[in-house]
Amino acid sequence: MSAPAAAGPAPAQPLARRLGPLGRFFDSDLWYSFRQSPVAMIAGAVAFVCIFGSLLASWIAPHDPFNLATLSLSNSFIPPIPMNGSEWAFPLGTDEQGRDMLSAIMYGGRLSLVVGFSAVLFATVVGVAIGLIAGYGGGTLDAVLMRVADVQLTFPAILIALVVDGIVSAALHELHEATEIYVIVFAIGISNWPQFARTVRGSTMVERGKEYVMAARVIGISGPRIMLTHILPNVLGPVLVIATINLAVAIVSEATLSFLGVGLPPTDPSLGTLINNGNSYLFSGQWWITVFPGAALVIMVLSINLLGDWLRDALNPRLK
Amino acid sequence: MALPEVPLPEVPLLEVPLLEVRELSVEFPTRRGVLKALDTVSFTIETGEVLGVVGESGAGKSLTGAAIIGLLERPGRISGGRILLEGRRIDTLSQEEMRRIRGRRIGAIFQDPLTTLNPLYTVGRQLAETMQVHLGISDAEARRRAVGWLEQVGIPAPAERIGAYPHEFSGGMRQRVVIALALCAEPQLVIADEPTTALDVSIQAQIITLIKRLAREHGTAMMLITHDMGVIAETADRVAVMYAGRIVELGPVRRVIRHPAHPYTDGLMASIPTLAGRLGRLTQIEGAMPRLSAIPPGCPFAPRCPKVFSRCTAERPELMAAGETAAACWLYAPASAEAAHV
Amino acid sequence: MAGFILARILQAIPVLLVVCFLAFLLFAYVGDPVAIMLGQNATLAQRIALTHALGLDKPFYVQFVLYLGRILHGDFGLSYRLGEPVLQLLATRLPATLELSFTSAVLALVIGVPMGVYTGIYRNSWLSRAFLTFSLIGVSLPTFLIGILLILVFSVWLGWLPSFGRGTVVHIGHFWTTGFLTLSGLKALILPAITLGLFQMTLIMRLVRAEMLEVLRSDYIRFARARGLPNRMVHFGHALKNTLVPVITITGLQLGQIIAFSIVTETVFQWPGVGFLFVQSIAAADIPVMSAYLILMGTVFVTINLVVDLLYYAVDPRLRLERRAPAAAR
Repeated sequence: MSAPAAAGPAPAQPLARRLGPLGRFFDSDLWYSFRQSPVAMIAGAVAFVCIFGSLLASWIAPHDPFNLATLSLSNSFIPPIPMNGSEWAFPLGTDEQGRDMLSAIMYGGRLSLVVGFSAVLFATVVGVAIGLIAGYGGGTLDAVLMRVADVQLTFPAILIALVVDGIVSAALHELHEATEIYVIVFAIGISNWPQFARTVRGSTMVERGKEYVMAARVIGISGPRIMLTHILPNVLGPVLVIATINLAVAIVSEATLSFLGVGLPPTDPSLGTLINNGNSYLFSGQWWITVFPGAALVIMVLSINLLGDWLRDALNPRLK
Repeated sequence: MALPEVPLPEVPLLEVPLLEVRELSVEFPTRRGVLKALDTVSFTIETGEVLGVVGESGAGKSLTGAAIIGLLERPGRISGGRILLEGRRIDTLSQEEMRRIRGRRIGAIFQDPLTTLNPLYTVGRQLAETMQVHLGISDAEARRRAVGWLEQVGIPAPAERIGAYPHEFSGGMRQRVVIALALCAEPQLVIADEPTTALDVSIQAQIITLIKRLAREHGTAMMLITHDMGVIAETADRVAVMYAGRIVELGPVRRVIRHPAHPYTDGLMASIPTLAGRLGRLTQIEGAMPRLSAIPPGCPFAPRCPKVFSRCTAERPELMAAGETAAACWLYAPASAEAAHV
Repeated sequence: MAGFILARILQAIPVLLVVCFLAFLLFAYVGDPVAIMLGQNATLAQRIALTHALGLDKPFYVQFVLYLGRILHGDFGLSYRLGEPVLQLLATRLPATLELSFTSAVLALVIGVPMGVYTGIYRNSWLSRAFLTFSLIGVSLPTFLIGILLILVFSVWLGWLPSFGRGTVVHIGHFWTTGFLTLSGLKALILPAITLGLFQMTLIMRLVRAEMLEVLRSDYIRFARARGLPNRMVHFGHALKNTLVPVITITGLQLGQIIAFSIVTETVFQWPGVGFLFVQSIAAADIPVMSAYLILMGTVFVTINLVVDLLYYAVDPRLRLERRAPAAAR
């Protein structure tokens, strides 16, 4: 069994291709596993469409459902295509005030996304910061911070969000409408930071024991700097997975709070508020006022969840 | 070296080796192509013999053991060759048939006793269930034998320890339990994959002695996989040296250690620190074992070999006679072929 | 063992105190109880009299202690909205919430665990894939939406099941009312229980599956196979037991989720439980009810955590021997 005669000495490693950062991304294992998974690709595409469509709502929505001047009660309760009495101008029907459902969904989706995203950002920043400090500092500081996180974790996040939201709303009674969005972002964010903190704390403690950190300390780099520039990039992997899944949870939480009436007000509704609004018309037969915002919510959350699942599997070294 | 494609006739036990591995190849499909992790590995193990398999990490030793016992992890698969137990092929058996062989005819000892034992079950339970599955004995009998096994492996107060959980034992004791588990169904062959690597040095000697003694007492053959040449020297009758998924030398242990034929084995022996003789710098073999995705054509050791010559990079050598051992090295090519190439 | 329980209880007490403290802050400082109770047109004298009667002019810590004292006697004040004692309001509604939560939890476990085990062992069968798709949708559907859709299909369109209320209930003992004993009670329970349980069911299924996959990759499973143990023993003897240990903890915590989401389910179905009461009281800024609910929830969750810790301790032998002397000599 002879190999074909080689021209000269055994070939060296293939020449490393000079790739820019974008090129490296597309050559990476992550992108490969993305391309391999049709589910991930579809979910990614759908999520992309949802996000894009929602963010550009003001420009591409067919109507402005919240401009009172353009609304007319004569347009109310128009059913969606292809039912009897539907109109092409309002493909998904209208609600009790004559607002176009499609546009309302786009605006509502935008609000849901903005709130969800901000809440996750809040939770991530707070959680990662606390996790880094606890993991790096160790000792009493770590014990205290983790105790707080553990105690908070004994209570379901939705309950905490509900309570915080309820209390702050009750306290800020008059300012309710103007501040509601901040209150909700704060409530959801504060209910979700512990998982980030615990994960980051664990990873930080692992990294802290590694040589590169010790080397940095020996050189005299300050603690906060080490945490930010050395440790942080290495612990971000799992954070990304948690954040993606958390985004779906945050969007659902906001919808739930709005549905319960303690979320965003009907004047600037999110998908949850729209669903709540439509609930009153279920029995009289105008099901589309609730079902379409509901479907939009589900599609958005489902695609984010799928992406999160795929991301977690792709970043899990043990499953390769 | 094509073998005739006829199934082996049934021959009396004494005339075939207990285990025969012929041209075994294992490959792993990956996204960058197919990696050949084992490349036409061949060796035999006779009844009661201890074959040491030595080599660096990644040389394919554990894979060989896993392939023999039928526990190759996906996506790895056997891509060529055969494995014969007492003359009958076992690499083509169904899952269920293979399961009956495992434990009963071929046993296994893994490296880390802490993770090898189920933490939620007592050692007695794990011993009893193994014996009951293969030997069909009653609960009481299984329990009695389990105590007997614990005693054989040297665990003090076995009758009390039978109800203990794995974490209640120290590392060395746990590995003794693992050994008992591997032997309790009375297999003919045990594949021991780095049985002492996870243990303290002071314990290693005890475990090795135990394994040797038990193997001799029960007439069990062993495939002892390790990267520690000292263990091989102590325990093995023959040794196979692996490199980059192939066997590069195979022969009686005394011979291979004292007069290594293959340059790699020579380098391995020379790099073992010894207190005897002059204390000078440790020799090391320059370079590193090639990655599976970048194995050079010809002899895989050629880039690092101090005795390399032109034929080495052109053709891949098979195992050929080199004195009392066999080595996969063109230095030992039959004279006529040699003269034509050099 | 007793030491362990005692230690856990001692750890729980400060948490409860903190919860009580937060409830107290809410009670004392949010809104103006005096103004609410007397209305806008009260005179100054009336205000001062009521303030004194309620003890609101005493120092902060004294008020807190008094508050704690009242709580321990079961006095949570009067609801602003309904005028009745809060404790009574909670007590009459508690059975409804408990029966709903219990039914959902049982549903979630009884369906979720076997599904999880199956999809963990038989990873690639079409049934597994079907289960997984179903679970993914279940996780993405918010609880209230499930409820609305179920109402739409089974109440509005098909008319089979009621969409609100609890049906006819039977009184048992001093304060318990049960819906289990009447047909209308059971019918009313179906949709809310499915709504509440669906999310948990999918979560449990995915959790059990993930754990199972992880366990099946472990060294001791590999060793069990190497010893030639049959699949049945490997899967249901070794793997299952190891899988269930962490699952128990999380399931216990999931019970907490059920109770939290019962708030939503009760609102959708107007189920007369404590969760619905809480939502109504938020809308009406009914502080005494909110405070009392907080304390109730705090107690419930702390208890759940305690029970889960104990369960864990009972199941995993490694934890039991923390205090024993080190193992025998080598």
